[in-house]
Amino acid sequence: MSHKELNLKLKVWRQKNANTSGAFKTYELNGISEEMSFLEMLDVLNEKLITEGGEPVAFDHDCREGICGMCSLYIDGKPHGPWQANTTCQLHMRAFKDGDTITIEPWRANSFPIVKDLTVDRSAFDRIIQAGGYVSVNTGNAVDGNSLPIEKEKADEAFASAMCIGCGACVAACKNSSAMLFLSAKVSHLALLPQGAPERKSRVLNMVAQMDKEGFGSCTNTGACEAACPKEISIANIARLNKEYLGASLTSE
Amino acid sequence: MTFKQMFTSSVGKKLIMGFTGIFLILFLIVHAGLNATIWANDGGLMFNKAGHFMGSNAVPRILEIGLFLGIFLHIYQGYLLTLENRTKRSVGYAVSYTKGSKWYSRSMAILGTLILLFLIAHIYHFWTPSRLGGIGNIKALGTVNHNGVELHNLYAEMDAVFTNPYIVILYVLACGSLAYHLAHGFQSAFKTIGVHNRRYHALISSIGYGFAILIPLIFALMPISFYFDWIK
Repeated sequence: MSHKELNLKLKVWRQKNANTSGAFKTYELNGISEEMSFLEMLDVLNEKLITEGGEPVAFDHDCREGICGMCSLYIDGKPHGPWQANTTCQLHMRAFKDGDTITIEPWRANSFPIVKDLTVDRSAFDRIIQAGGYVSVNTGNAVDGNSLPIEKEKADEAFASAMCIGCGACVAACKNSSAMLFLSAKVSHLALLPQGAPERKSRVLNMVAQMDKEGFGSCTNTGACEAACPKEISIANIARLNKEYLGASLTSE
Repeated sequence: MTFKQMFTSSVGKKLIMGFTGIFLILFLIVHAGLNATIWANDGGLMFNKAGHFMGSNAVPRILEIGLFLGIFLHIYQGYLLTLENRTKRSVGYAVSYTKGSKWYSRSMAILGTLILLFLIAHIYHFWTPSRLGGIGNIKALGTVNHNGVELHNLYAEMDAVFTNPYIVILYVLACGSLAYHLAHGFQSAFKTIGVHNRRYHALISSIGYGFAILIPLIFALMPISFYFDWIK
Protein backbone atom coordinates (compact mmCIF):
# COMPACT_ATOMS: atom_id res chain seq x y z
CA MET A 1 0.00 0.00 0.00
CA SER A 2 1.42 3.32 -0.98
CA HIS A 3 1.92 5.85 1.73
CA LYS A 4 1.12 9.46 1.02
CA GLU A 5 1.94 12.63 2.84
CA LEU A 6 -0.17 15.73 2.61
CA ASN A 7 0.71 19.40 2.68
CA LEU A 8 -2.25 21.29 4.02
CA LYS A 9 -3.49 24.76 4.77
CA LEU A 10 -5.71 25.01 7.84
CA LYS A 11 -8.16 27.81 8.50
CA VAL A 12 -8.84 27.49 12.21
CA TRP A 13 -11.25 29.54 14.34
CA ARG A 14 -9.31 31.13 17.21
CA GLN A 15 -11.16 32.75 20.08
CA LYS A 16 -9.76 33.50 23.51
CA ASN A 17 -13.01 33.01 25.45
CA ALA A 18 -16.76 33.53 25.33
CA ASN A 19 -16.45 37.27 25.96
CA THR A 20 -14.06 38.08 23.13
CA SER A 21 -14.74 37.87 19.43
CA GLY A 22 -12.77 35.40 17.40
CA ALA A 23 -11.30 35.17 13.91
CA PHE A 24 -9.89 32.62 11.51
CA LYS A 25 -6.14 32.05 11.53
CA THR A 26 -4.39 30.23 8.73
CA TYR A 27 -1.66 27.66 9.36
CA GLU A 28 0.46 25.68 6.94
CA LEU A 29 1.12 22.08 7.88
CA ASN A 30 3.44 19.87 5.84
CA GLY A 31 4.18 16.16 5.77
CA ILE A 32 0.90 14.97 7.33
CA SER A 33 0.52 11.20 6.96
CA GLU A 34 -2.77 10.20 5.38
CA GLU A 35 -3.03 7.42 7.96
CA MET A 36 -3.29 9.98 10.74
CA SER A 37 -6.62 10.72 12.35
CA PHE A 38 -7.92 14.28 12.11
CA LEU A 39 -7.26 14.87 15.81
CA GLU A 40 -3.70 13.54 15.47
CA MET A 41 -3.21 16.06 12.69
CA LEU A 42 -4.38 18.77 15.13
CA ASP A 43 -1.97 17.35 17.74
CA VAL A 44 0.86 17.84 15.21
CA LEU A 45 -0.33 21.42 14.66
CA ASN A 46 -0.39 22.06 18.40
CA GLU A 47 3.11 20.62 18.93
CA LYS A 48 4.33 22.91 16.18
CA LEU A 49 2.56 25.91 17.73
CA ILE A 50 3.99 25.15 21.19
CA THR A 51 7.51 24.70 19.78
CA GLU A 52 7.19 28.05 18.06
CA GLY A 53 6.08 29.60 21.34
CA GLY A 54 2.46 30.06 20.29
CA GLU A 55 -0.82 29.14 21.93
CA PRO A 56 -2.12 25.64 21.03
CA VAL A 57 -5.59 25.29 19.52
CA ALA A 58 -8.14 24.16 22.12
CA PHE A 59 -10.43 21.34 20.94
CA ASP A 60 -12.54 18.73 22.74
CA HIS A 61 -11.67 15.04 22.64
CA ASP A 62 -11.65 12.07 24.96
CA CYS A 63 -11.98 8.43 23.91
CA ARG A 64 -10.87 8.89 20.29
CA GLU A 65 -12.83 5.72 19.53
CA GLY A 66 -16.04 7.33 18.30
CA ILE A 67 -18.13 6.43 21.33
CA CYS A 68 -17.84 9.16 23.97
CA GLY A 69 -19.31 12.15 22.15
CA MET A 70 -16.64 14.60 23.25
CA CYS A 71 -15.10 15.46 19.88
CA SER A 72 -16.86 18.01 17.78
CA LEU A 73 -15.51 20.33 15.03
CA TYR A 74 -17.35 21.65 12.01
CA ILE A 75 -15.00 20.71 9.19
CA ASP A 76 -15.38 22.15 5.67
CA GLY A 77 -19.05 22.89 6.21
CA LYS A 78 -20.15 19.68 7.92
CA PRO A 79 -20.21 18.60 11.56
CA HIS A 80 -17.61 15.84 12.10
CA GLY A 81 -16.19 16.35 8.61
CA PRO A 82 -16.88 14.88 5.17
CA TRP A 83 -17.51 11.22 6.00
CA GLN A 84 -20.98 9.90 6.79
CA ALA A 85 -21.87 8.29 10.13
CA ASN A 86 -18.51 9.22 11.55
CA THR A 87 -17.09 11.20 14.44
CA THR A 88 -14.23 13.66 14.04
CA CYS A 89 -11.88 11.38 15.97
CA GLN A 90 -12.55 8.59 13.49
CA LEU A 91 -12.05 10.85 10.49
CA HIS A 92 -8.74 10.10 8.83
CA MET A 93 -6.56 12.33 6.73
CA ARG A 94 -7.04 10.14 3.66
CA ALA A 95 -10.37 11.97 3.36
CA PHE A 96 -8.35 14.97 2.13
CA LYS A 97 -6.09 15.66 -0.82
CA ASP A 98 -2.62 17.15 -0.93
CA GLY A 99 -2.83 20.92 -1.10
CA ASP A 100 -6.33 21.12 0.43
CA THR A 101 -7.41 24.06 2.55
CA ILE A 102 -9.45 22.76 5.49
CA THR A 103 -11.78 25.14 7.34
CA ILE A 104 -12.31 24.17 10.98
CA GLU A 105 -15.05 25.90 12.98
CA PRO A 106 -16.58 25.25 16.39
CA TRP A 107 -20.24 24.18 16.80
CA ARG A 108 -22.19 27.40 16.29
CA ALA A 109 -25.21 27.84 18.52
CA ASN A 110 -25.95 30.38 21.22
CA SER A 111 -26.89 27.50 23.52
CA PHE A 112 -23.35 26.13 23.05
CA PRO A 113 -21.20 29.13 24.06
CA ILE A 114 -17.57 28.98 23.01
CA VAL A 115 -15.18 28.21 25.86
CA LYS A 116 -12.04 28.66 23.80
CA ASP A 117 -11.13 28.26 20.12
CA LEU A 118 -12.97 25.12 18.96
CA THR A 119 -14.23 24.07 22.38
CA VAL A 120 -17.86 24.78 23.21
CA ASP A 121 -19.84 24.34 26.41
CA ARG A 122 -22.41 21.59 25.81
CA SER A 123 -23.68 21.41 29.41
CA ALA A 124 -27.13 22.46 28.13
CA PHE A 125 -27.47 18.82 27.02
CA ASP A 126 -26.65 17.63 30.53
CA ARG A 127 -29.36 19.85 31.99
CA ILE A 128 -31.90 18.49 29.48
CA ILE A 129 -31.02 14.95 30.62
CA GLN A 130 -31.29 16.06 34.26
CA ALA A 131 -34.82 17.30 33.53
CA GLY A 132 -36.09 13.78 32.83
CA GLY A 133 -33.79 11.60 30.76
CA TYR A 134 -33.63 8.83 33.33
CA VAL A 135 -35.69 6.20 35.13
CA SER A 136 -36.09 7.08 38.81
CA VAL A 137 -36.87 3.80 40.48
CA ASN A 138 -35.00 2.41 43.41
CA THR A 139 -34.18 -0.90 41.89
CA GLY A 140 -32.58 -2.77 44.73
CA ASN A 141 -30.93 -5.84 43.32
CA ALA A 142 -30.93 -6.16 39.56
CA VAL A 143 -33.94 -8.21 38.48
CA ASP A 144 -33.61 -11.18 36.20
CA GLY A 145 -33.42 -10.01 32.60
CA ASN A 146 -36.14 -12.39 31.50
CA SER A 147 -38.69 -11.22 34.08
CA LEU A 148 -39.73 -8.30 31.88
CA PRO A 149 -40.38 -9.43 28.31
CA ILE A 150 -39.70 -6.83 25.60
CA GLU A 151 -40.34 -7.42 21.90
CA LYS A 152 -37.13 -7.73 19.93
CA GLU A 153 -38.14 -4.95 17.48
CA LYS A 154 -38.83 -2.53 20.32
CA ALA A 155 -35.59 -3.40 22.07
CA ASP A 156 -33.70 -2.87 18.80
CA GLU A 157 -35.39 0.45 18.16
CA ALA A 158 -34.77 1.63 21.71
CA PHE A 159 -31.14 0.64 21.29
CA ALA A 160 -30.87 2.51 17.98
CA SER A 161 -32.14 5.64 19.76
CA ALA A 162 -29.86 5.05 22.73
CA MET A 163 -26.90 5.10 20.32
CA CYS A 164 -26.97 8.92 20.58
CA ILE A 165 -23.66 10.02 22.11
CA GLY A 166 -24.85 13.58 22.78
CA CYS A 167 -22.09 15.20 20.72
CA GLY A 168 -24.31 18.06 19.51
CA ALA A 169 -23.68 17.62 15.77
CA CYS A 170 -27.46 17.82 15.24
CA VAL A 171 -27.56 21.28 16.79
CA ALA A 172 -24.50 22.34 14.80
CA ALA A 173 -26.03 21.10 11.53
CA CYS A 174 -29.51 22.56 12.07
CA LYS A 175 -30.27 25.95 10.56
CA ASN A 176 -32.42 26.64 13.65
CA SER A 177 -29.86 25.30 16.17
CA SER A 178 -32.54 22.88 17.27
CA ALA A 179 -31.71 20.11 19.76
CA MET A 180 -34.70 18.00 18.71
CA LEU A 181 -32.76 15.04 17.32
CA PHE A 182 -30.82 14.71 20.58
CA LEU A 183 -33.92 15.21 22.74
CA SER A 184 -36.05 12.86 20.65
CA ALA A 185 -33.43 10.10 20.82
CA LYS A 186 -33.28 10.41 24.60
CA VAL A 187 -37.07 10.50 25.00
CA SER A 188 -37.60 7.67 22.48
CA HIS A 189 -35.25 5.16 23.97
CA LEU A 190 -37.08 5.32 27.29
CA ALA A 191 -40.58 5.71 25.80
CA LEU A 192 -40.09 2.46 23.87
CA LEU A 193 -39.24 0.42 26.96
CA PRO A 194 -41.51 -0.64 29.83
CA GLN A 195 -38.97 0.70 32.33
CA GLY A 196 -39.61 4.21 31.00
CA ALA A 197 -43.40 3.98 31.19
CA PRO A 198 -44.09 5.33 34.74
CA GLU A 199 -42.51 8.73 33.99
CA ARG A 200 -43.36 8.80 30.32
CA LYS A 201 -45.52 11.93 30.37
CA SER A 202 -43.60 14.05 32.84
CA ARG A 203 -40.33 13.13 31.11
CA VAL A 204 -41.24 14.52 27.71
CA LEU A 205 -42.91 17.64 29.13
CA ASN A 206 -40.01 18.47 31.45
CA MET A 207 -37.33 17.77 28.88
CA VAL A 208 -39.04 19.91 26.21
CA ALA A 209 -39.44 22.71 28.78
CA GLN A 210 -35.74 22.50 29.65
CA MET A 211 -34.73 22.46 25.98
CA ASP A 212 -36.73 25.66 25.43
CA LYS A 213 -35.17 27.22 28.53
CA GLU A 214 -31.71 26.49 27.15
CA GLY A 215 -32.61 28.52 24.06
CA PHE A 216 -32.47 25.91 21.31
CA GLY A 217 -34.55 26.58 18.18
CA SER A 218 -37.60 24.73 16.86
CA CYS A 219 -37.47 21.81 14.49
CA THR A 220 -38.51 22.38 10.87
CA ASN A 221 -37.86 18.80 9.72
CA THR A 222 -35.18 19.75 7.18
CA GLY A 223 -33.29 16.53 7.88
CA ALA A 224 -29.85 18.15 8.23
CA CYS A 225 -29.47 16.69 11.74
CA GLU A 226 -30.03 13.14 10.59
CA ALA A 227 -27.59 13.57 7.70
CA ALA A 228 -24.86 14.89 10.02
CA CYS A 229 -25.40 12.49 12.92
CA PRO A 230 -22.35 10.27 13.51
CA LYS A 231 -24.62 7.60 14.98
CA GLU A 232 -27.30 7.82 12.27
CA ILE A 233 -30.08 8.61 14.73
CA SER A 234 -33.28 8.56 12.68
CA ILE A 235 -35.40 11.68 12.26
CA ALA A 236 -38.38 9.38 12.92
CA ASN A 237 -37.46 9.88 16.58
CA ILE A 238 -38.49 13.54 16.25
CA ALA A 239 -41.93 12.52 14.99
CA ARG A 240 -42.19 10.11 17.93
CA LEU A 241 -41.21 12.88 20.33
CA ASN A 242 -43.94 15.10 18.82
CA LYS A 243 -46.47 12.33 19.40
CA GLU A 244 -45.23 11.85 22.98
CA TYR A 245 -45.51 15.59 23.59
CA LEU A 246 -48.96 15.90 22.03
CA GLY A 247 -50.30 12.96 24.05
CA ALA A 248 -48.70 14.06 27.31
CA SER A 249 -49.68 17.73 27.01
CA LEU A 250 -53.29 16.89 26.09
CA THR A 251 -53.81 14.42 28.90
CA SER A 252 -51.79 15.93 31.76
CA GLU A 253 -53.58 17.98 34.41
CA MET B 1 -50.02 22.10 31.99
CA THR B 2 -52.23 24.83 30.54
CA PHE B 3 -53.23 25.03 26.87
CA LYS B 4 -51.16 28.18 26.68
CA GLN B 5 -48.06 26.33 27.87
CA MET B 6 -48.87 23.49 25.52
CA PHE B 7 -49.02 25.65 22.40
CA THR B 8 -46.26 28.12 23.24
CA SER B 9 -43.46 25.58 23.72
CA SER B 10 -41.17 24.99 20.75
CA VAL B 11 -42.98 21.74 19.96
CA GLY B 12 -46.42 23.29 20.56
CA LYS B 13 -45.76 26.11 18.09
CA LYS B 14 -44.86 23.51 15.52
CA LEU B 15 -48.06 21.62 16.28
CA ILE B 16 -49.99 24.76 15.32
CA MET B 17 -48.02 24.94 12.05
CA GLY B 18 -48.70 21.27 11.35
CA PHE B 19 -52.42 21.28 12.12
CA THR B 20 -53.12 24.53 10.26
CA GLY B 21 -50.96 23.27 7.38
CA ILE B 22 -53.03 20.09 7.04
CA PHE B 23 -56.22 22.17 7.24
CA LEU B 24 -54.93 24.37 4.40
CA ILE B 25 -54.00 21.25 2.40
CA LEU B 26 -57.63 20.11 2.71
CA PHE B 27 -58.77 23.56 1.59
CA LEU B 28 -56.56 23.28 -1.52
CA ILE B 29 -58.32 20.05 -2.50
CA VAL B 30 -61.75 21.71 -2.23
CA HIS B 31 -60.58 24.84 -4.04
CA ALA B 32 -58.91 22.94 -6.88
CA GLY B 33 -61.88 20.60 -7.22
CA LEU B 34 -64.46 23.38 -7.42
CA ASN B 35 -62.39 25.46 -9.79
CA ALA B 36 -61.83 22.49 -12.08
CA THR B 37 -65.46 22.95 -13.16
CA ILE B 38 -64.23 25.72 -15.48
CA TRP B 39 -63.18 22.88 -17.78
CA ALA B 40 -66.78 21.69 -18.11
CA ASN B 41 -66.90 23.77 -21.34
CA ASP B 42 -70.40 25.01 -20.59
CA GLY B 43 -69.59 28.71 -20.71
CA GLY B 44 -68.84 28.69 -17.00
CA LEU B 45 -72.34 27.74 -15.86
CA MET B 46 -71.28 24.87 -13.59
CA PHE B 47 -68.45 26.98 -12.19
CA ASN B 48 -70.72 29.93 -11.45
CA LYS B 49 -73.23 27.62 -9.79
CA ALA B 50 -70.46 26.15 -7.62
CA GLY B 51 -69.32 29.67 -6.74
CA HIS B 52 -72.89 30.65 -5.92
CA PHE B 53 -73.25 27.65 -3.59
CA MET B 54 -69.99 28.47 -1.78
CA GLY B 55 -71.02 32.11 -1.37
CA SER B 56 -74.66 31.65 -0.40
CA ASN B 57 -74.71 28.52 1.77
CA ALA B 58 -74.12 28.94 5.50
CA VAL B 59 -71.78 25.94 5.92
CA PRO B 60 -69.04 27.07 3.50
CA ARG B 61 -69.41 30.63 4.80
CA ILE B 62 -68.74 29.45 8.37
CA LEU B 63 -65.86 27.26 7.14
CA GLU B 64 -64.56 30.33 5.35
CA ILE B 65 -64.11 32.08 8.69
CA GLY B 66 -62.17 29.04 9.87
CA LEU B 67 -60.11 29.23 6.71
CA PHE B 68 -59.12 32.84 7.29
CA LEU B 69 -58.28 32.05 10.91
CA GLY B 70 -56.22 29.06 9.77
CA ILE B 71 -54.34 31.08 7.17
CA PHE B 72 -53.70 33.87 9.67
CA LEU B 73 -52.44 31.46 12.35
CA HIS B 74 -50.21 29.63 9.85
CA ILE B 75 -48.67 32.89 8.63
CA TYR B 76 -48.32 34.49 12.06
CA GLN B 77 -46.83 31.39 13.67
CA GLY B 78 -44.61 30.78 10.65
CA TYR B 79 -43.06 34.23 10.81
CA LEU B 80 -42.76 34.07 14.59
CA LEU B 81 -40.90 30.75 14.41
CA THR B 82 -38.65 31.94 11.59
CA LEU B 83 -37.70 35.10 13.46
CA GLU B 84 -37.15 33.21 16.71
CA ASN B 85 -35.05 30.52 15.05
CA ARG B 86 -32.86 33.20 13.46
CA THR B 87 -31.82 34.45 16.89
CA LYS B 88 -30.41 31.08 17.95
CA ARG B 89 -27.07 31.39 16.15
CA SER B 90 -25.55 34.86 16.49
CA VAL B 91 -22.26 33.95 14.79
CA GLY B 92 -22.81 32.01 11.59
CA TYR B 93 -20.60 29.52 9.79
CA ALA B 94 -17.99 30.48 7.19
CA VAL B 95 -18.95 27.39 5.18
CA SER B 96 -22.64 26.57 5.38
CA TYR B 97 -24.00 23.04 5.58
CA THR B 98 -26.36 22.54 2.67
CA LYS B 99 -25.81 18.91 1.70
CA GLY B 100 -27.93 17.44 4.47
CA SER B 101 -31.20 19.11 3.51
CA LYS B 102 -33.18 20.26 0.49
CA TRP B 103 -33.12 23.96 -0.43
CA TYR B 104 -36.90 24.20 -0.30
CA SER B 105 -36.96 22.67 3.19
CA ARG B 106 -34.70 25.49 4.33
CA SER B 107 -36.69 28.14 2.43
CA MET B 108 -40.22 27.63 3.74
CA ALA B 109 -40.50 31.22 4.99
CA ILE B 110 -39.45 32.70 1.63
CA LEU B 111 -41.72 30.35 -0.32
CA GLY B 112 -44.53 31.16 2.12
CA THR B 113 -43.94 34.89 1.67
CA LEU B 114 -44.19 34.53 -2.11
CA ILE B 115 -47.48 32.66 -1.66
CA LEU B 116 -48.71 35.39 0.70
CA LEU B 117 -47.91 38.13 -1.83
CA PHE B 118 -49.79 36.14 -4.45
CA LEU B 119 -52.67 35.62 -2.02
CA ILE B 120 -53.13 39.38 -1.60
CA ALA B 121 -53.42 39.80 -5.38
CA HIS B 122 -55.65 36.73 -5.63
CA ILE B 123 -58.09 37.90 -2.94
CA TYR B 124 -58.19 41.32 -4.62
CA HIS B 125 -58.98 39.73 -7.99
CA PHE B 126 -61.76 37.37 -6.97
CA TRP B 127 -62.76 37.21 -3.34
CA THR B 128 -63.25 40.92 -2.58
CA PRO B 129 -65.42 41.75 -5.61
CA SER B 130 -67.57 38.66 -5.13
CA ARG B 131 -68.01 38.68 -1.35
CA LEU B 132 -67.87 42.37 -0.53
CA GLY B 133 -69.14 43.83 -3.80
CA GLY B 134 -72.60 42.35 -3.59
CA ILE B 135 -74.71 40.87 -6.40
CA GLY B 136 -74.28 42.71 -9.66
CA ASN B 137 -71.12 44.37 -8.50
CA ILE B 138 -68.56 42.04 -10.04
CA LYS B 139 -66.23 44.39 -11.82
CA ALA B 140 -67.61 45.25 -15.26
CA LEU B 141 -69.12 41.83 -15.80
CA GLY B 142 -72.10 41.62 -13.48
CA THR B 143 -74.17 38.49 -13.09
CA VAL B 144 -75.82 35.77 -15.08
CA ASN B 145 -79.37 34.64 -14.55
CA HIS B 146 -79.90 30.92 -14.28
CA ASN B 147 -83.47 29.65 -13.73
CA GLY B 148 -84.33 32.87 -11.94
CA VAL B 149 -81.27 32.82 -9.64
CA GLU B 150 -78.72 35.60 -9.96
CA LEU B 151 -75.22 34.12 -10.06
CA HIS B 152 -71.99 36.09 -9.82
CA ASN B 153 -70.28 35.74 -13.14
CA LEU B 154 -66.94 34.74 -11.62
CA TYR B 155 -66.16 32.78 -14.77
CA ALA B 156 -66.24 36.00 -16.80
CA GLU B 157 -64.15 37.65 -14.09
CA MET B 158 -61.51 34.92 -14.48
CA ASP B 159 -61.63 35.30 -18.23
CA ALA B 160 -61.10 39.06 -17.89
CA VAL B 161 -58.34 38.89 -15.25
CA PHE B 162 -56.37 36.30 -17.18
CA THR B 163 -56.14 38.34 -20.35
CA ASN B 164 -53.21 40.12 -18.70
CA PRO B 165 -50.06 38.07 -19.36
CA TYR B 166 -48.30 39.50 -16.30
CA ILE B 167 -51.07 38.27 -14.04
CA VAL B 168 -50.93 34.85 -15.71
CA ILE B 169 -47.15 34.73 -15.08
CA LEU B 170 -47.67 35.83 -11.47
CA TYR B 171 -50.21 33.05 -10.90
CA VAL B 172 -48.00 30.40 -12.50
CA LEU B 173 -44.95 31.48 -10.46
CA ALA B 174 -47.07 31.41 -7.29
CA CYS B 175 -48.07 27.84 -8.16
CA GLY B 176 -44.34 27.02 -8.38
CA SER B 177 -43.79 28.43 -4.88
CA LEU B 178 -46.80 26.48 -3.65
CA ALA B 179 -45.41 23.27 -5.17
CA TYR B 180 -42.10 23.56 -3.32
CA HIS B 181 -43.82 24.75 -0.13
CA LEU B 182 -45.97 21.61 -0.28
CA ALA B 183 -43.06 19.34 -1.23
CA HIS B 184 -41.64 19.99 2.22
CA GLY B 185 -44.76 21.03 4.10
CA PHE B 186 -46.99 18.05 3.36
CA GLN B 187 -44.73 15.37 4.83
CA SER B 188 -43.31 17.70 7.49
CA ALA B 189 -46.79 18.48 8.84
CA PHE B 190 -47.45 14.81 9.45
CA LYS B 191 -44.08 14.36 11.15
CA THR B 192 -44.87 17.34 13.33
CA ILE B 193 -48.19 15.97 14.50
CA GLY B 194 -46.44 12.73 15.42
CA VAL B 195 -46.69 10.20 12.57
CA HIS B 196 -43.49 8.24 13.12
CA ASN B 197 -44.48 4.81 11.84
CA ARG B 198 -42.06 4.20 8.95
CA ARG B 199 -44.63 2.42 6.79
CA TYR B 200 -47.08 5.31 7.02
CA HIS B 201 -44.35 7.85 6.69
CA ALA B 202 -43.16 6.37 3.39
CA LEU B 203 -46.77 6.45 2.17
CA ILE B 204 -47.30 10.05 3.30
CA SER B 205 -44.03 11.17 1.67
CA SER B 206 -45.07 9.66 -1.68
CA ILE B 207 -48.58 11.14 -1.48
CA GLY B 208 -47.01 14.46 -0.45
CA TYR B 209 -44.78 14.69 -3.51
CA GLY B 210 -47.68 13.67 -5.75
CA PHE B 211 -49.91 16.29 -4.12
CA ALA B 212 -47.20 18.95 -4.43
CA ILE B 213 -47.03 18.35 -8.18
CA LEU B 214 -50.70 17.71 -8.97
CA ILE B 215 -52.51 20.49 -7.08
CA PRO B 216 -50.27 23.41 -8.15
CA LEU B 217 -50.34 22.03 -11.71
CA ILE B 218 -54.16 22.10 -11.73
CA PHE B 219 -54.13 25.66 -10.38
CA ALA B 220 -51.46 26.80 -12.86
CA LEU B 221 -53.45 25.37 -15.79
CA MET B 222 -56.43 27.63 -14.95
CA PRO B 223 -54.94 31.01 -15.90
CA ILE B 224 -53.09 29.32 -18.78
CA SER B 225 -56.32 27.80 -20.10
CA PHE B 226 -58.05 31.18 -20.05
CA TYR B 227 -55.10 33.03 -21.54
CA PHE B 228 -54.77 30.66 -24.48
CA ASP B 229 -58.55 30.29 -24.88
CA TRP B 230 -58.49 26.54 -24.34
CA ILE B 231 -61.96 26.56 -22.82
CA LYS B 232 -65.21 27.65 -24.34
